[in-house]
Amino acid sequence: MTEYQTLEHDVLIIGAGGAGLSAAVKASAAGVKVGVVSKSLLGKAHTVMAEGGVAAAMGNVDSRDSWRVHFADTMRGGQYLNNWRMAQLHAQEAPERVRELERWGALFDRTKEGGILQRNFGGHRYPRLAHVGDRTGLEMIRTLQDHGIHQGIDFHMEVTVLTLLKDGDRIAGAFCYDRERGRFRLFRAKAVVLATGGIGRAFKITSNSWEYTGDGHSLAYHAGAELLDMEFVQFHPTGMVWPPSVRGILVTEGVRGEGGVLRNKDGKRFMFDDIPPLYKNQTADNEEEGWRYTQGDKEARRPPELLTRDHVARCIQREVREGRGSPHGGVFLDIAWIKERVPNGAEHIKRKLPSMYHQFKQLGDIDITKDPMEVGPTTHYMMGGVKVDADSQMSAVPGLFAAGECAAGLHGANRLGGNSLSDLLVFGNRAGEYAAKYAKENSAAAIDSAQIETAARAALEPFERTGGESPYAVQFELQDMMQDKVGIVRVEDEMQQAIDEIAKLRKRAEKVFVPGNREFNNGWHTAMDLPNLLTVSELIARAAAERRESRGAHFRDDFPEKSAECGKFNIVLRKGNDGEPVLERRSLMEMPAELQQIVEEMK
Amino acid sequence: MAAATFKIWRGERSSGGYKEYKAEVSEGMVVLDAVHQIQAADANDLSVRWNCKAGKCGSCSAEINGKPKLMCMTRLNTLPLDEPITIEPMKTFPHIKDLVTDVSWNYKVKTRIKKFTPARGEAWNASQDDVDRPQEFRKCIECFLCQDVCHVLRDHGLHDEFIGPRYFVYSAAMEMNPFDSEDRLDDLKSKHGIGYCNITKCCTQVCPEEIRITDNAIIPLKERVVDEYYDPLKRLFKIFK
Repeated sequence: MTEYQTLEHDVLIIGAGGAGLSAAVKASAAGVKVGVVSKSLLGKAHTVMAEGGVAAAMGNVDSRDSWRVHFADTMRGGQYLNNWRMAQLHAQEAPERVRELERWGALFDRTKEGGILQRNFGGHRYPRLAHVGDRTGLEMIRTLQDHGIHQGIDFHMEVTVLTLLKDGDRIAGAFCYDRERGRFRLFRAKAVVLATGGIGRAFKITSNSWEYTGDGHSLAYHAGAELLDMEFVQFHPTGMVWPPSVRGILVTEGVRGEGGVLRNKDGKRFMFDDIPPLYKNQTADNEEEGWRYTQGDKEARRPPELLTRDHVARCIQREVREGRGSPHGGVFLDIAWIKERVPNGAEHIKRKLPSMYHQFKQLGDIDITKDPMEVGPTTHYMMGGVKVDADSQMSAVPGLFAAGECAAGLHGANRLGGNSLSDLLVFGNRAGEYAAKYAKENSAAAIDSAQIETAARAALEPFERTGGESPYAVQFELQDMMQDKVGIVRVEDEMQQAIDEIAKLRKRAEKVFVPGNREFNNGWHTAMDLPNLLTVSELIARAAAERRESRGAHFRDDFPEKSAECGKFNIVLRKGNDGEPVLERRSLMEMPAELQQIVEEMK
Repeated sequence: MAAATFKIWRGERSSGGYKEYKAEVSEGMVVLDAVHQIQAADANDLSVRWNCKAGKCGSCSAEINGKPKLMCMTRLNTLPLDEPITIEPMKTFPHIKDLVTDVSWNYKVKTRIKKFTPARGEAWNASQDDVDRPQEFRKCIECFLCQDVCHVLRDHGLHDEFIGPRYFVYSAAMEMNPFDSEDRLDDLKSKHGIGYCNITKCCTQVCPEEIRITDNAIIPLKERVVDEYYDPLKRLFKIFK
């Protein structure tokens, strides 16, 4: 018999980023007993990395803004594969969620009138992002954390979930291990909220930390939930590429917004060569006009560097592939050139982009006021995830909820910058509310000890072997392979190869060896993360092979155009009875006439 | 490529010692890269905390050649690589394993500080000037390096009587928040030990966010406490009130 400690909550939240903390605060306010488990310490989740701001149509800077415009922008950005109901709720509720943060102690930057300041961002028609300099995410997570610790929530830090437990169809809890001692813990719960974030660690070059191994995606899938839109992985066009140790770290869109330009090794601004027909009318056709746009000239059109993230990422990839890249496999992003145009230019750059200046100076020995940066695409965000009911955030498994990056639907084929922070507030809040409601309406579920024994046995196997491969080796190989075959540019036979490779890697993952004991053993933790990484990698490859078109973040070299036919469905994956994934094309929900009208009017 | 030697503290619950490892040094590498390289190649079970690897989450605090630093922001070319580089866990907190310490005390301290409490009927209107100062304090990434270096905690172990620089910054952020109506001065004086700080500014020196902890947070709080409780005129006034 496996030894473990048992803890009991009405609602168990898995993950302590913005979505998890929002859900925890809301559920505890509803009067139920709430526990939060997090892989890391409180306040370290990836939400802290968010820079630009939180999108909410408050209209503090431009009173023409409204939830309708935000809704239409989000749908356009997602290429209309979004769940319209989620996009509607998100646009309607984001302003109240931002004001709520202020009431809990968040200090946003201010307008001259004393309200919350909002800034422009790609794809948002009006200045909409409430922000705190370039550290908005830190402000949000700290506010939620500092508010949450006084709400009677039980925080279980550095605890990782091995498996979700079920009682028949419904959720019953989660079986976990703690990092410090490596001991097992059983969390019984009437409702469980997944808020585990993304999958960035499935790829070699990523802005994500070690934690983002698709745990929530994988746990939900194996528990019988449906996953949606798994082919849509956002690659941000500008990550650092040099030095190697910082490869993948984000370089904010703001650099291009301030006039930064992309050049290849020949000094050519290659973005002018490839402007999609759909955007031709809105894009500058000469450098002078592009420059005027960045300096606030409302008559000028935007420079091609500010086209959508997916397009810019592909253009950079093409320059590199065709031998016109920078020495370390990226392209040049030059902000220093604006000194020709701006008096006291070096100071201007430092004032506008303080953290970027600092980041390159400290990590790259590069003074961005003097020299160009080298940048290239980096895995950034997962649009796909657990398919949930738009209003309640409940998955196909009764009592199992999901919110934030690990849930899907809001962003469709491509997410707009600023919409993730609002997503996690709005839907974290909703998941907390409905999970609490579910917990109140249902009695405690039974625990099946056989499920626990299976999970515990699998977890301890790496120690029982006398030798074998290191879990790090398997992880690195998976990341290389995914980057190579299921990255920014995809073709069908490479994805089939990827699926075969994943099957082989899975066999190897089942035989990894970990030295040492169970106490804070990073090697063991890496071994435990592997099955999740392999599960999400396979699902991404399968969905990407099925979508035979290019749309949003998903680009197929063998089907480079958008297809009307493919615009009518989402791809849904679930685990079949034989353990193999079952893929289904599911037709989009029909949009109500009044929302249809909003979309048409703002097209 | 050159190789460098790293002496990393290995062991559990304070027992243990340095163990030497070699790592290949490439351009731009930081200490955390070397630790990861060693972990993947020679010491799979090496314990280290890290997350963002960009100086924004404050997880990878350690003592590098005796100085409290974030491993992810310490470049190898700033260190003398002709000698072994020592990497040790923070000393002010109970040791767990290798480079990991038990920092839970910090989380408990925070719950003892009165939470942000807006005034009833607050209009939520403030100028940027009003929020500039508390925004500086809210840059804190909770790496706890300031707590690690503070001699009141590190040498005197007054964890029960003194909340440390991080929580003076935290208190100051709320005391100077234009929307807050709570009063934390009595707690700062009688429960949180602000008098123990003798402004040696060690905390300010190690802060990776360059928050002017001593000058902008602790000294103004000390002044407010003095004004409130030690101003002779005020005391006289209180007696006759």
